[in-house]
Amino acid sequence: MSTLLETSGLTAFYGDFQALYGVDMTLAEGETLAVIGANGAGKSTLMRSIAGSVRQAPGMIRLNGAPIGHLSADRVNGAGITLVPEGRRLFPSLSVEENLLIGGWRSDRAGPWTLEEVFGLFPVLKERRANPALALSGGQQQMVAIGRALMSNPKVLLCDEISLGLAPVVIRDIYAAVPSILERGASLIIVEQNIEQALGIADRVYCLMEGRVTLEGRPGEISRAAMHDAYFGVQA
Amino acid sequence: MIWVDTLVQGILLGGLYALFAAGLSLVFGIMRVVNLAHGDLIVMAAYLILVLVTALNLSPFVALLLAAPLMFGVGWLLQQMVLNRTVGADVLPPLLVTFGLSVVIQNALLEGFNADSRRIPAGSLEIASFSVGPVTIGVMPALTFATAILVTLALQLIFYRTALGRAFRATSDDPDTASLMGIRPGNIFAVATGLGMVVAAIAALYLGMRANFDPTIGPARLIYAFEAVIIGGMGSLWGTLIGGIVIGVAQTMGAAINPEWQILSGHLAFLVILLVRPRGLFPAGGR
Repeated sequence: MSTLLETSGLTAFYGDFQALYGVDMTLAEGETLAVIGANGAGKSTLMRSIAGSVRQAPGMIRLNGAPIGHLSADRVNGAGITLVPEGRRLFPSLSVEENLLIGGWRSDRAGPWTLEEVFGLFPVLKERRANPALALSGGQQQMVAIGRALMSNPKVLLCDEISLGLAPVVIRDIYAAVPSILERGASLIIVEQNIEQALGIADRVYCLMEGRVTLEGRPGEISRAAMHDAYFGVQA
Repeated sequence: MIWVDTLVQGILLGGLYALFAAGLSLVFGIMRVVNLAHGDLIVMAAYLILVLVTALNLSPFVALLLAAPLMFGVGWLLQQMVLNRTVGADVLPPLLVTFGLSVVIQNALLEGFNADSRRIPAGSLEIASFSVGPVTIGVMPALTFATAILVTLALQLIFYRTALGRAFRATSDDPDTASLMGIRPGNIFAVATGLGMVVAAIAALYLGMRANFDPTIGPARLIYAFEAVIIGGMGSLWGTLIGGIVIGVAQTMGAAINPEWQILSGHLAFLVILLVRPRGLFPAGGR
């Protein structure tokens, strides 16, 4: 499998505060990565850096070998990376359908995902297409957020805490969409607090602690003790 | 019966104020930024139309067709080169910059056209009128009012029925998330300001045909526009039209009682509405 996305020595700062200390990560074509770690480990910063919300030196992030770290968020979207942001961040004054259509704003991102395809993936959204986006339940709003990102036909879909605050049965519904997303050619990076969920779906797992990668490997090959150490930084 | 006439004339005058305000309302609705140079940009557009009318010997309405795209370009460039650098969490920088721009435009117009009052010649249209029952209506005020309704309707359609309008609203809601979806907020803002300047050019046409103008009258027009936007509720396009009508009616009513009270009564109506409905008649959300 060829490397699709790569970060090398990725650092990120908020003023004087350093959030990431040299993160090296690779994502192969068709792969699903899970990024786990405690609150404040730098997971969301990593996602926002890749998506272009936090600008970087060009070479720190490469897509198909081309440096993209310096691009603004809209250009990163155009290059084929779309973020489902933490907390969903739907547009309150737009309907469900309009939120989805905004995801397909760039005409150069045409591909398998269309409004009808997204409605096929999440049929409940079709019934509620004319409702204001924020009138939906939390789980349905998350479906809108994922559908909106898919509308840009990303090569890399970044999902930041998509199960946060949702009931287990709803989380299951949402994760049931992952195979269809992979089938249509996207690769995934999923940030999760829910470790069981992350390990269940990922090909490989990265664990972050205080802005550094403390563990990387395949879910089946990592012992619980090693995971615990990497997550909390203490011996079990 | 004189009151019916006064009311009708006031409503029609309100159309002119609504045109002054529509561009301001559009830009505020999208960027939450007040352009203090809006009045001066309208005056600048009036001079542009005047130059086109006199130099090319065009009808003012044909001149508008040339001036509108030029003004779109002015707005687009202004936003890209200057105002986008000021947009952010702090509301003060855009106010200061547009205040400065207002001074610059006034002085540039004074330099280029001197301080004489000018008027865009509109021929027989200036004095044409028709009667509806007991009320005599000037063709020019009626045309102004009809244009104000059409402009509001057109902006409303763009806002709520087009992909561009969706991008306007999404960017207004949350520019950071909009950029994650592939929208470049600076470009959206530039198109919005360009569109605001097209409306300013339309306002300038009627301003220039109906009354004399000189380089310094912009700020006074801005006050009426500002009041119309606030009365209507910030960010509501139809509200802005109603706001313009409220000021127009208040002014003609005041003038009917005592001509000295015309301007004052418009401002008083504004203050009363601000006291009773601090967020305006149709605050954003109530569309």
